[in-house]
Amino acid sequence: MSDNLSPKEEARNTRYAEYVNAVSPQNNARKSIFHSFWIGGLTCSIAQAVGDLYAIFMPQLSKDMIASLTSMTIIAIAILFTGLGFFDAIARVGGAGSFLPITGFANAMASASMEFKTEGLIMGTSVKLFSVVGPVVVNGIVWSTVAGIARYLIGVI
Amino acid sequence: MAQKEILTYLIVFVSGGLLCALAEILIIKTKLTPARILVIFLIGGIILETVGLYKPLYKLCESGVSIPIVGFGASLAKGAINLAQEVGWIGAFAGGLKQTAYGIGAAVVASYLVTLLFSPKSK
Repeated sequence: MSDNLSPKEEARNTRYAEYVNAVSPQNNARKSIFHSFWIGGLTCSIAQAVGDLYAIFMPQLSKDMIASLTSMTIIAIAILFTGLGFFDAIARVGGAGSFLPITGFANAMASASMEFKTEGLIMGTSVKLFSVVGPVVVNGIVWSTVAGIARYLIGVI
Repeated sequence: MAQKEILTYLIVFVSGGLLCALAEILIIKTKLTPARILVIFLIGGIILETVGLYKPLYKLCESGVSIPIVGFGASLAKGAINLAQEVGWIGAFAGGLKQTAYGIGAAVVASYLVTLLFSPKSK
């Protein structure tokens, strides 16, 4: 269809393609990588502070327990933010900075759960709860089991 | 003392941020979907823990590496490896879930509660 473009049209198309290239990806890419960096870094720093506070106020707890409590706290905050609608605003800017930390896992679960509320708590929410985080949970269980068995076998041999 | 803490937080911020920036670069350059990237980083964490590299990395970066999904993978692998050493190979099936049960339990319960309390905003 576009085989017989006039030179003028072709020049215009090239110019337009160049324009699109110049305007969109690079700038946006650099910006979104930067936003991912600081939002991801900030999330981790907040989690670090929560863990440090637990360690100060509950020194009797084991390190493992403090790590678990910290994840639970960060997860609960992320889910509350999802419910209140704040998380979407953060995720729009943060990109990978908001979904790679455990907050993204929590948000994905909560938003799937809320989205299907209209189909009922059993057939909607309960069925779809793992629809987004399923790949992470399934692969996590499968490959950690493989890792556990592999390390066990190496220990036995 | 205070200087040491500032340095820790700086390392946490930079390492956590770099991991997220790396994920964002992968999205832009390879057009992989976020779900695939999460699984890649998760398996990365499992491998790091299995070969024994996660622990020194965690000592250095703390939350910078444990809060990204890499830490979740490492926790799963740590639990599976430890329980397998404790009770035999069959422990590998339960160890990962045992280790991460607090986080997953909290996420499921909190998601359910939030769903009862709020309705999604129409976009």
